[in-house]
Amino acid sequence: MSVTTTTSTTGTGAALAVVQAQNLGLTFPTADGDVVALSDVNLTIEKGDFVSFIGPSGCGKTTFLRTIADLEQPTSGTLRINGQTPENARKDRAYGYVFQAPALYPWRTIEKNVALPLEIMGHSQAQQTERIKRTLDLVNLSGFEKKYPWQLSGGMQQRASIARALAFDADLLLMDEPFGALDEIVRDHLNSELLKLWDRTKKTICFVTHSIPEAVYLSTKIVVMSPRPGRVTDVIESNLPRERPLDIRETPEFLAIAARVRDGLRAGHSYEEVV
Amino acid sequence: MIFRHRILATLGTLSALLAIVTPEVVLADGAAAPAGRLLLLPIIGLVLAGGIGLLTRWTLWQPLVSLVLLFGSALMLPGAVAGFAGAIGGPAYWQSLIAFWLLTWNFAERLSAAIRDGRLPETGTGVIIPITFGLTLLILWEAITRGANVPPVLLPAPSAIGTQLANSAPILWADFVQTFIKSVIPGYVIGCLAGLVVAIAVDRSPFLKAGLLPIGNFMSALPIIGIAPIMVMWFGFDWQSKAAVVVAMTFFPMLVNTVAGLNAASSIERDLMRTYAASYWQTLLKLRLPAAGPFIFNALKINSTLALIGAIVAEFFGTPVVGMGFRISTGVGRLAIDLVWAEIAVAAVAGSAFYGVLALIERGVTFWHPSVRGGRA
Repeated sequence: MSVTTTTSTTGTGAALAVVQAQNLGLTFPTADGDVVALSDVNLTIEKGDFVSFIGPSGCGKTTFLRTIADLEQPTSGTLRINGQTPENARKDRAYGYVFQAPALYPWRTIEKNVALPLEIMGHSQAQQTERIKRTLDLVNLSGFEKKYPWQLSGGMQQRASIARALAFDADLLLMDEPFGALDEIVRDHLNSELLKLWDRTKKTICFVTHSIPEAVYLSTKIVVMSPRPGRVTDVIESNLPRERPLDIRETPEFLAIAARVRDGLRAGHSYEEVV
Repeated sequence: MIFRHRILATLGTLSALLAIVTPEVVLADGAAAPAGRLLLLPIIGLVLAGGIGLLTRWTLWQPLVSLVLLFGSALMLPGAVAGFAGAIGGPAYWQSLIAFWLLTWNFAERLSAAIRDGRLPETGTGVIIPITFGLTLLILWEAITRGANVPPVLLPAPSAIGTQLANSAPILWADFVQTFIKSVIPGYVIGCLAGLVVAIAVDRSPFLKAGLLPIGNFMSALPIIGIAPIMVMWFGFDWQSKAAVVVAMTFFPMLVNTVAGLNAASSIERDLMRTYAASYWQTLLKLRLPAAGPFIFNALKINSTLALIGAIVAEFFGTPVVGMGFRISTGVGRLAIDLVWAEIAVAAVAGSAFYGVLALIERGVTFWHPSVRGGRA
């Protein structure tokens, strides 16, 4: 099929784009017929962006993230990561992926779990030691190197899995509802930690969530999605400052963006699905 | 609970006292030895004091008092034999045995209650109950075979088996080396390793998975021991044919378990490896084999008992004049039943030790698994 170029969201030059999707579609064949998980998605993510994908379950936000990671293959359209195909980007170790569950290997200590990608990518022992120390410092887990995952709380486990994704220093971080299973107090804390980390490391982050305050608090760009078929209904650029204390959530600017996100979700008839 | 304890203590003490009183009836047809008479008084005192002690609320010492009581009743058995209570197999003898059983029960109940309530530490005391239980079974076995005059050909007394164990130690050792060291160990190692390697091959190749795995499942349902005579024809009378039977018996459980275990890693754990662009072998070594550990150890433990059974039964079909299976089959023919039992005891100890060592290694290797560390998943 022919690929049309520019749409409303692909304004800037393709050279800067970390992720560029054009007319992207993905259909899963199932026993009861085809399920359209993604339909005609056009999106550009630039270097240093913090992009949140928000929408009810079944809207394809996780599928889109997995397609970027080459864990799913699109059935139509084009997708480029740093100008490469997703497969080549994956083989280049272009991104770190944080799953919904920590997925730490229980037979490895925290430091050995963080060392896992480094072992696979063939880093030297000295490099491994240095990077383990640096990334565990970054997520405030120093002192827990020798613990096993099942000896830590859920929030600490998820922090360890973020450290693991940061260890090999990929510029792109893909996070699939990483704090979904945690309570609100821990989630608030990890959200502000994540913002500081993003500010310090200058990484590009794609973050899937179904919490409106979380999306607005974290992002420079919010992608609102709706289900059946999974599609993008709105892309909201946030004008909040990079420095965001937790009480920014009470300001009028914050509430205005949150209202726009909520409107976008309603326009996509998303609420009918969530009852 | 307390109510049941009291009933047990009362019943036990009463039957012990009854056993001591019974001699008067039995003694009518023969005077008791004076030594036996003298033994009577301290035992009566001991049993009475113990019984009363148990009925008080003096809970801290109850396990100890029960033990003293148990010890007293155990003394009554040889006491009964020594004469104060008449002949072996007399009413007092059986009465003593019943008292002994009740008081052992009483002791075990109170000890486990004390451990449960935290009055005694669990470490160390925990092994006392199974040891008491085992010893009690041995004493009952000994007392019943003697008391009821069971013919030794049917069931020899444990003491007779023990004597035979000590007297024929060199024979038993030679049999152990022939069967366990020469047949079981090599067959087990070859069978388990082959099962593991073939499982990895099956997992890698869809063709093998479709072709070999159904045959493997079919073969594992066969009574492999039936091939023992064929193995003797192929590999000769010595240990090689037995090792071959063991290989055949251990191969399929390892194959089937490992294939299942290699799929034990969750999809999220595999996706993680994929995001690192990890190679097949990296994923196998760093994720799928460790995740399969509990399955592999399960097969190793199942195989440890299968291997011993296989080697012993295979020896029934032809062997040089040494080996545990050979000794058992010829021992039965020569009516040397106590030697057969001694051989069975050696096999039981060797099999348990084999299994125990594997279970210990398992605890060390799969320490992370919820079933070992006793936590949630």
